[in-house]
Amino acid sequence: MPDDLNWAIGGEAGDGIDSTGKIFAQALSRAGRHVFTSKDFASRIRGGYTAYKIRSSVDRVESVVDRLDILVALTERTIDENLDELHEGSVIIYDGERTEMEDVEVPEGMIGLSVPLQRLAEEAGGAIMQNIVALGAACEVTNFPIENLDSALEKKFGAKGESIVENNKEAARKGQEFVDEEYDHEFDYDLETTDSDYVLLNGDQAIGMGAIAAGCRFYAGYPITPATDVMEYLTGRIEQFGGEVVQAEDELSAINMALGAARAGARSMTATSGPGIDLMTETFGLVATSETPLVIADVMRSGPSTGMPTKQEQGDLNMTLYGGHGEIPRFVVAPTNVAECFHKTVEAFNLAEKYQTPVFLLADLSMAVTEQTFEPETFDMDAVEIDRGKVVDEDEVEAWTDEKGRFQPHFSTADGVSPRAFPGTTDGAHMSTGLEHNSLGRRTEDTDVRVEQVDKRNRKVETAREEEDWEPREFGDPDSDNLVISWGSNEGAMREALEFLDEDGVDVRFLSVPYIFPRPDLGDEIEAADEVIVVECNATGQFADLLEHDALTRVKRVNKYNGVRFKADELANEIKESLQTEEVTA
Amino acid sequence: MSSDVRFTDFKSDKQPTWCPGCGDFGTMNGMMKALANTGNDPDNTFVVAGIGCSGKIGTYMHSYALHGVHGRALPVGTGVKLANPDLEVMVAGGDGDGYSIGAGHFIHAVRRNVDMTYVVMDNRIYGLTKGQASPTSREDFETSTTPEGPKQPPVNPLALALSAGGSFIAQSFSTDAQRHTEIVQKAIEHDGFGFVNVFSPCVTFNDVDTYDYFRDSIVDLADEDYDPTDREAAKEKILDADKEYQGILYQNEESVPYSDLHGLDSNMADIPDGAPEGAMDLVREFY
Ligand SMILES: Cc1ncc(C[n+]2csc(CCOP(=O)(O)OP(=O)(O)O)c2C)c(N)n1
Ligand code: SF4
Repeated sequence: MPDDLNWAIGGEAGDGIDSTGKIFAQALSRAGRHVFTSKDFASRIRGGYTAYKIRSSVDRVESVVDRLDILVALTERTIDENLDELHEGSVIIYDGERTEMEDVEVPEGMIGLSVPLQRLAEEAGGAIMQNIVALGAACEVTNFPIENLDSALEKKFGAKGESIVENNKEAARKGQEFVDEEYDHEFDYDLETTDSDYVLLNGDQAIGMGAIAAGCRFYAGYPITPATDVMEYLTGRIEQFGGEVVQAEDELSAINMALGAARAGARSMTATSGPGIDLMTETFGLVATSETPLVIADVMRSGPSTGMPTKQEQGDLNMTLYGGHGEIPRFVVAPTNVAECFHKTVEAFNLAEKYQTPVFLLADLSMAVTEQTFEPETFDMDAVEIDRGKVVDEDEVEAWTDEKGRFQPHFSTADGVSPRAFPGTTDGAHMSTGLEHNSLGRRTEDTDVRVEQVDKRNRKVETAREEEDWEPREFGDPDSDNLVISWGSNEGAMREALEFLDEDGVDVRFLSVPYIFPRPDLGDEIEAADEVIVVECNATGQFADLLEHDALTRVKRVNKYNGVRFKADELANEIKESLQTEEVTA
Repeated sequence: MSSDVRFTDFKSDKQPTWCPGCGDFGTMNGMMKALANTGNDPDNTFVVAGIGCSGKIGTYMHSYALHGVHGRALPVGTGVKLANPDLEVMVAGGDGDGYSIGAGHFIHAVRRNVDMTYVVMDNRIYGLTKGQASPTSREDFETSTTPEGPKQPPVNPLALALSAGGSFIAQSFSTDAQRHTEIVQKAIEHDGFGFVNVFSPCVTFNDVDTYDYFRDSIVDLADEDYDPTDREAAKEKILDADKEYQGILYQNEESVPYSDLHGLDSNMADIPDGAPEGAMDLVREFY
């Protein structure tokens, strides 16, 4: 039996699905196994189907597949919802003693384990622990040492007291023993454990962690799925480093507060999702024109309008790239996995301050809510570098003043980057504005100055294009004529798809692009390939459009926009199919 | 902060383009005097301005300043002050800027009680866009967009502030230089959000709420036996729609500003060269 386990717990929202799933994920991670989680959730708090899925292996896992090996079904509907992924030999754990589950029919070829979750939980101290009983049962089925679950329960409930922890352990034991005693079925699973110590976190948390590591001290936001976790992560943590999180009254306020803090010299950030980014749009131009360094994270969800708030999509690329009236120099950076959420956040702060521009961090729901295991060194704090750019102190101010001794915050330099004096700097007092201005920051409609300042601001992008590394990440067969390009969170599924394709004898070169603007020049690569396919989670192919524009050619597109991320096996099939079609169907 | 700062040090060398006679001249002069009188200098002062004739103030003053987008000056000021508590933050704007497009922010800024001063140059009209009704325009005030008057009651900014838990609520008249300066000064000295609604007549587009009108109708609370710490008394005055008051209508002497409540006292601009000490603990939390 392969060591690759696909497990899920599903039920009604409000059944504690999320926290139960997390406990199991943590138990697996603590046993030195890699974990990759995903969620099916509806946009409501009580009622409505919801599931937490875990894929786990001793090898790294970077994606989900269309397969479910063990399902803990707290409702009958959970089985229906997952029918497609269940297969012959799948194990379904359910509580057949509950009246609403009495008539559950386990599909042919699958193994139904009716475990009295509620009764056993009550025996252990309370019905609320029924999910933990199910976890104990899952341990037995998978031959997974239950001590790892104990350790996760200690972490989860430790603060609530010894007796709560003990009751939960007891509940898990009851689930385990029940399966052991009542079913003499030999399960195929034998989950390996290792000595590795992994950390388990999701993309939003990684963004928050990256922000603190990068010296971000001010965060203003307004709650919105799926970006709220960034704010929740920072709350209570950023204060320990002298920072503050403000829950603003709306996104207009959030971005303007963040802008204010940035003007005061703080590394500052806001995060939101679709509708919120719309509201912030007017201020993008002010950030760019006043040359304020600001990191704006857009954790994309399914749009337009309120769309499907709890579903995946990469639909805001054009918004972050073009949003706002007038022409706005900016950077758009798109992390490709959970760890990259950390690294790219740190990078975003450096880019913002070096070039005094807005930097959009374009993440998405799949990455934001996915928990993934990593070696702790992946988040190497010693490697974090801080570049604050051209900040001048009171001794340096004079070099940037005009003949009347006035500081010139928008002095037109060769690289386009001006000196920056934090408020409080002696003799640095100056004005900044969203109006077109001269080097002093004062309003002007002088045609020459206008052109000079626009060129100066755009020059920063050119400088960055030359000075920074915008390379894509490369995988697969470097010599293949089949080129697949994706951006953002599709990287994991695509990397695994390469393995499936390889098994089918299809070789592919894969470029994962973490930068939207500036972006790598892929013209040569595209020209050299016979087939070029761009993979993205949206209907129109916004990134494909960009690449076609850059390379003056047509590319094939694989798009998914039903609200669910790509699955590795599904993606492999789509690519195969796409390679077989003659015409470009863009 | 140097003690020999004069109010003219806050003047930029840019000549205002306000119409001659505009109330904003007096409003600004009073603000500059109040800043100097309270021991501030241009290098520790941050002025945030909105959009409108009033919003041009940042250009005519000399200090660190940001002239933002319409209606969002208060959030910017909030960010500036929280990031660096050593700065004296003054936010200025018009009645349209503050009570129309920015009304939501106004109420929340009042509630948040960040230690800054908010001066609204209330001319009861949109000046910069050439004379449309503003939220403080009278019900029957005829303008280019309301030929028969807005037919809706004006907002009462002081009442909004009081109901939102305002800790310092005042009103002044731009041309009464001494009183106006004194009131703004008190607002600066207040620990928390100091709000001053200033009657700052528009001589070009408003022929109703004129200097003469205010001069004739203003009642100065300094001339009455009035206790600004009495919230009930404040309520009565503020809801009295028939009079125009000058003075501090309400001040909560127990006011604790946001930064104190949240323990913010450091300049957030100061950060280490690399990840902060103890950052690895952030990773270990996820074991
Ligand atoms: C989002 C947005 N909408 C509209 C405008 C146009 N606008 C500029 S100033 C102004 C009104 C200003 O009125 P007020 O705040 O009372 O200031 P005053 O000019 O009277 O001092 C408007 C609507 C704008 N700049 N931005
Ligand atoms: S239009 Fe009115 S508010 Fe604007 S400058 Fe002229 S007088 Fe002042």
